[in-house]
Amino acid sequence: MKAYVHVYLKRAVLDPQGKAIAHALHELGYKDVKAARQGKMIELDIADGLNKEQAEESIRKMCEDLLANTVIEDYSITLEAA
Amino acid sequence: MQTVKILVFPGINREHDIAHAFTRIGNAKADFVWHKDSTIGKADMIVIPGGFSYGDYLRCGAMAANSPIIRDLKDQAAKGVPILGICNGFQILVETGLLAGALLRNNGLKFICKHVFMRAEGAADLFTANITKGDVLRVPIAHGEGNYYAAPDTVKHLNDSDLVAFRYCDANGAVTPESNPNGSVENIAGIFSDNRKILGMMPHPENAIDAFHGGTDGIRLFEGIAAALAA
Repeated sequence: MKAYVHVYLKRAVLDPQGKAIAHALHELGYKDVKAARQGKMIELDIADGLNKEQAEESIRKMCEDLLANTVIEDYSITLEAA
Repeated sequence: MQTVKILVFPGINREHDIAHAFTRIGNAKADFVWHKDSTIGKADMIVIPGGFSYGDYLRCGAMAANSPIIRDLKDQAAKGVPILGICNGFQILVETGLLAGALLRNNGLKFICKHVFMRAEGAADLFTANITKGDVLRVPIAHGEGNYYAAPDTVKHLNDSDLVAFRYCDANGAVTPESNPNGSVENIAGIFSDNRKILGMMPHPENAIDAFHGGTDGIRLFEGIAAALAA
């Protein structure tokens, strides 16, 4: 099973990289962009044998332990059957 | 003689600077402890120096905060052993949860390497024996992620409990937006833990102890720590 973990700054936290990206897009003429936020995506290859709920619970723990810093970041988990 | 244990992770690069500061000014014995060791040993103070542990992968300090030695660091912190974290060391301490908040990318996105002024804000006997509230010290910073952030209720707690150690300021000690190099909330450059036994700071006082550093204001900090530890 593949898992895609998206980690991104909380809304309340200023994202200077996202601001720079939005600015660059405007410079290129993409005036439709109102704002940009940057995050990261971590792709996990999960061993067989876990069902979706078990995998999600395990990954949630990984996020809390390491993948996200919940002081500043939120995360979302997307699972994809192999 | 006091013993200072300096934790070393792959990618840390200021360990000899801090050892020099403690041995020359603090008249202490400085031992290095490798991140894969399981115990730090008896220490009068534990120091986590600056650098780029694990290449800043994932988040600054995130990998180091999950190293084998961190378990003992947390045990020692619980016993009240003093801990000083500078730059990457500060980032590691917030990632372990021993200090509040987080350090974000500088708001200007640039790595900043220059001298700044910081004003002493709070008192902690261990760290500020030689520094009075309001004193202004000129010290260098060298970081890309030094933008201190904490949720508003955490910032309020730091302020109300006098746990802000240093704020960026101008040469006269005025805390202004212009003197904030990296966007840190309320110009915060360093903080104490609730029990005032842990200090984390982004500026490098260990690189302000020799005339050739371009300044010697850091000496006062290390003299104060040495006196407090010896007392």
